Amino acid sequence: MKRLQHLLKEGKMDRRQLLQAAAALGITASLDTTWLSGIARAGEAPKRGGRLRIGISGGSTTDALDPANTTDMMMQVFIYGALGNNLVEIDATGKPVPELAESWESSPDAKTWTFTLKKGVEFHNGKTMDSDDVIYSINHHRGANSKSGAKTIVKAITDIKKDGKNKVIFELENGNADLPFIMTDYHLVIGPKDVDFNTGIFTGGYKVENFEPGVRAYARRHPNYFKSDRAWFDEIELLGISDVNARTNALKTGQIDVMNRCELKAVHLLKRSKGLQVMQQNGYKHFTFAMRCDTAPFGNNDVRLALKYAIDREQMVKTILRGYGVVGNDHPIAPSNRYFASELPQRTYDPDKAKFHLKKAGMANSATFTLHTAEAAFVGAVDAGVLYREQAAKAGITIDVSREPNDGYWNNVWMKKPWCAVFWAGRPTEDLMFSTAYAKGGAWNDTFWDNARFNELLVQARSELDETKRRSMYVEMQRLVHDDGGAVVPMFSSDLSAASEKVGHGDLAVNAELDGFKAPERWWFKG
Amino acid sequence: MQQWHFHPVVRLLAQRIGLGLLTLWVISLLIFVGIQLLPGDLADAVLGQSATPETVAAFRHELKLDLPPHIRYLHWLSGAVEGDFGRSLANQRPVAELIGWRFGNSLFLAGVTALIAVPLAVVLGLMAALYRNTLFDKLISTSTLSVISFPEFFVAYILIALFSVQLPFFPSIASITPDMGLGQKLYAVFLPCLTLALVVTAHMMRQTRAAIINILASAYIEMANLKGLKRMRIVVLHAFPNALSPVINVIALNLAYLVVGVVIVEVVFVYPGLGQLLVDSVAKRDIPVVQASGLIFATTYVLLNLLADILSILCNPRLRSPR
Amino acid sequence: MTSGLNLLLSAPLSARLGMLMVLLVLLAAIFAPVIAPYGETQIAGDVWLSGSAQHLLGTDNLGRDLFTRLLFGARNTIAIAFLITALSFLMGTLLGFLAATVSGWTDQLLSRIIDILMAFPTLIFALMILSVVGTSIPALVVVIALLDSTRVFRLSRAVAMDIEVMEFVEAARLRGEGLWWLMRHEILPNAMPPLVAEFGLRFCFVFLFIAALSFLGLGIQPPTADWGSMVRENAGAITFGIYTPLWPATAIAFLTVGVNLVVDWFLHLASGLED
Repeated sequence: MKRLQHLLKEGKMDRRQLLQAAAALGITASLDTTWLSGIARAGEAPKRGGRLRIGISGGSTTDALDPANTTDMMMQVFIYGALGNNLVEIDATGKPVPELAESWESSPDAKTWTFTLKKGVEFHNGKTMDSDDVIYSINHHRGANSKSGAKTIVKAITDIKKDGKNKVIFELENGNADLPFIMTDYHLVIGPKDVDFNTGIFTGGYKVENFEPGVRAYARRHPNYFKSDRAWFDEIELLGISDVNARTNALKTGQIDVMNRCELKAVHLLKRSKGLQVMQQNGYKHFTFAMRCDTAPFGNNDVRLALKYAIDREQMVKTILRGYGVVGNDHPIAPSNRYFASELPQRTYDPDKAKFHLKKAGMANSATFTLHTAEAAFVGAVDAGVLYREQAAKAGITIDVSREPNDGYWNNVWMKKPWCAVFWAGRPTEDLMFSTAYAKGGAWNDTFWDNARFNELLVQARSELDETKRRSMYVEMQRLVHDDGGAVVPMFSSDLSAASEKVGHGDLAVNAELDGFKAPERWWFKG
Repeated sequence: MQQWHFHPVVRLLAQRIGLGLLTLWVISLLIFVGIQLLPGDLADAVLGQSATPETVAAFRHELKLDLPPHIRYLHWLSGAVEGDFGRSLANQRPVAELIGWRFGNSLFLAGVTALIAVPLAVVLGLMAALYRNTLFDKLISTSTLSVISFPEFFVAYILIALFSVQLPFFPSIASITPDMGLGQKLYAVFLPCLTLALVVTAHMMRQTRAAIINILASAYIEMANLKGLKRMRIVVLHAFPNALSPVINVIALNLAYLVVGVVIVEVVFVYPGLGQLLVDSVAKRDIPVVQASGLIFATTYVLLNLLADILSILCNPRLRSPR
Repeated sequence: MTSGLNLLLSAPLSARLGMLMVLLVLLAAIFAPVIAPYGETQIAGDVWLSGSAQHLLGTDNLGRDLFTRLLFGARNTIAIAFLITALSFLMGTLLGFLAATVSGWTDQLLSRIIDILMAFPTLIFALMILSVVGTSIPALVVVIALLDSTRVFRLSRAVAMDIEVMEFVEAARLRGEGLWWLMRHEILPNAMPPLVAEFGLRFCFVFLFIAALSFLGLGIQPPTADWGSMVRENAGAITFGIYTPLWPATAIAFLTVGVNLVVDWFLHLASGLED
């Protein structure tokens, strides 16, 4: 099968031939069809060469090449998408697939994990990767003195041992069936042992040549890259362009080939422009209005339900996202997540029910709530607050929208004020999402929710290796958050990027913007 | 006691330089205190939403942000006096390296713009004063006024729409790299320079015109008028030198603005100048970088003002001799 | 009163035109709720429509009627800009004249304080202050007025210095006139022309400053309409050949030109020049 896929990519075989060959071999069922349709839609096989110029927002003059400090797009795409690799990567269907690891297996309690590494992977400095490098790289984020953004993610790892040059064994505090997913985190890029991460030496398809924080990041193809069917470009250039109009102009005038984060209100105009393609990804990104369940009046679930019924999600998606997104169902699991509860009924706008719950809470006709918001929370958060106010007014609820300064929003408003607007990038796994933001004691449990059944299920599901059982647990948890949780989740937002028509790509991974940050590695120029 | 006798201009110069240094010190103190007053610190800002109490604590400890502010300030000051501005807290690069290239870029942009704008403004101002209340004057006045009433980013967008999108003459982003030649650089910065020139010319031109008209009304010009001197001669030889003081001041202000105040043009044209660095560093609370770039801006400003003061004094015969 | 009227009647054509332009904007501002076909924040159509019978000037970035927004914008913008400029001139000229007249240590102290305020980039300064105190309209007015007054201070000090060394001031000093008298009767009238010219410009710069702030994410809170923010909100359309954002920009230019045509006339009157 590998060989067939290879032939297809080389362009020596078209799609029908492949399907025939596959059918002859009786392996159609195992065919990764999304991957296939990606190739088919692109119309031709990937080609090597050229310089990909990406105009990217989310760069800052304070950026660094150390993946531990990565917080925004420019470095995520540069380090994770061009310079480096992880043990595991997420493919276009959202599944974890081997990258630097060749395979992995876990003990039945999911507490001990053994990763077998690929052999002969070369770092940019010529060193061959082995288990010591992996241990060094993961330990970079662990320990009391770590200042890594991934510190909490790797906290559950109690010990890392090597077993020869090509095997690494992780010991976990509690069982976790999602460890391969955790290994795909953009912080956990593997670098050579005892080398400063700020040198930018990794194993990826491109080698850093020039890096001016926030301005320009430039890399050339690494000739000895271990993947032969990836990293098609000769050169990668990332230009930090924070103004969305400047990005659009640069794309229209051909100074860049790709831009991220299009302006929603201009997408329909961009689609009309000649020679451009607009790419939409429906990922995990969502917005919430977080109520602190430990603070009056939000301690009363009827108040929370009243506010959940008082929002018109359809109109939110239409107005704030201009249709580029889907409605939320008051829990943080996206339709593209593995265990999304499609059986859970969608909550709709219902002023009467809102009134009913408000009355039950003993607050009828006099209810005033203050919603704290800022543009820093998410793009359109202030408008969303104003819209929410108008919708809630029909249920006799008064919402005071208080606009807070952008600067310092996450320090002074979020997790401090009783009710505020929040941006969530989302997580590829239910466990990561729930344990970060909904579990008791979770670092960012911004609703301060404490539900005994939920917390119990969370631990159980984490180490459950049986897919069916696991699914039913996560569905129940989604129901609990939906009915009792402190977050109003009105919408999931799509990611929109645009590129020149010359740029080819397969199906886009949904785990992050620009094909899961991996555009430099996965895309190519058409002939 | 021995009395030193210096030329008044030299004495004034020494005095002003001393005061300038004092100003810079106060500014460094103010910036430091100012950033302390802003909510949060680098640890919060860099980690953003992904900050957890323990990561923040570890970060603070490593960056010595847990030391008391006055000790951190003294530490920074002693380094700065020796010419060591330290390293960026955010990415550990030496501040000097981070700033040097960008400051050069800022000066380049300001310099090219000034070369166009200053002579243009002074000549237009002179002509407008000379032919005041004629159609020419009104035309110049109205058109310059219209231009300055457009926000900078708007002028920039229009120029881009015209000369980059519709007619592909110039690049819409002025990304310059250290290995570019002068010609390439000039080509790259054409649109940002044009934008800035349009913005500052009008202001300088109007002040020039006002100052000259003001002088024209004074007694000795009337005397010159009575003596029957030619109008052009009066304006250029008599009025202009006497109007220089306010004109020089306006020019100095605008030059300072060109160096320090062009954040928006930098953002629109993606030009790697010092302004963007300062805004980012303030947002991230990267104190060494804010301090250093703040001081560079302040020094530029102080120097330009000093120059303007000295020139004004040299130009005004009455001010030249001490009272 | 009659002399004032006579003066107005004697105004040249350009000044009359200027007055007419300002008057027009003022009327639009006062009668905005009466004239406006839609509500200030009402979403009345699709995004960035071009002008039609329903929408005289088209719609803005959220689909609000642009003509309506312009009318309401006139109210907010003019009031705020006038307040800021008046406040900054009050502070600036008073201190500037004081520095020039008293000179010596007072001058040194004031000048240094102003130098310190000015030496840090205005926009970034404003950003820092406003992120601490929040962008309420009073905060915006005080902060911009304070920053603007530094420029007024420098100009008025420079002008007053030139006047201060003139013979007639010397004479008044010898007569034993007080400080206030000197500033009021000798310096102010003579410093008027450049100051008035500056006032006209500063007034219009306030719009631009607000626009710049909104570019960087601060400025007047939405959904309040103001011309500066309107330019910013719609600027993206130019890229696509939609010239909607030209309207608010034109409105600013219209008012700027109007104000300055009047100012030019004052300048001319004050200079006492014959043509």
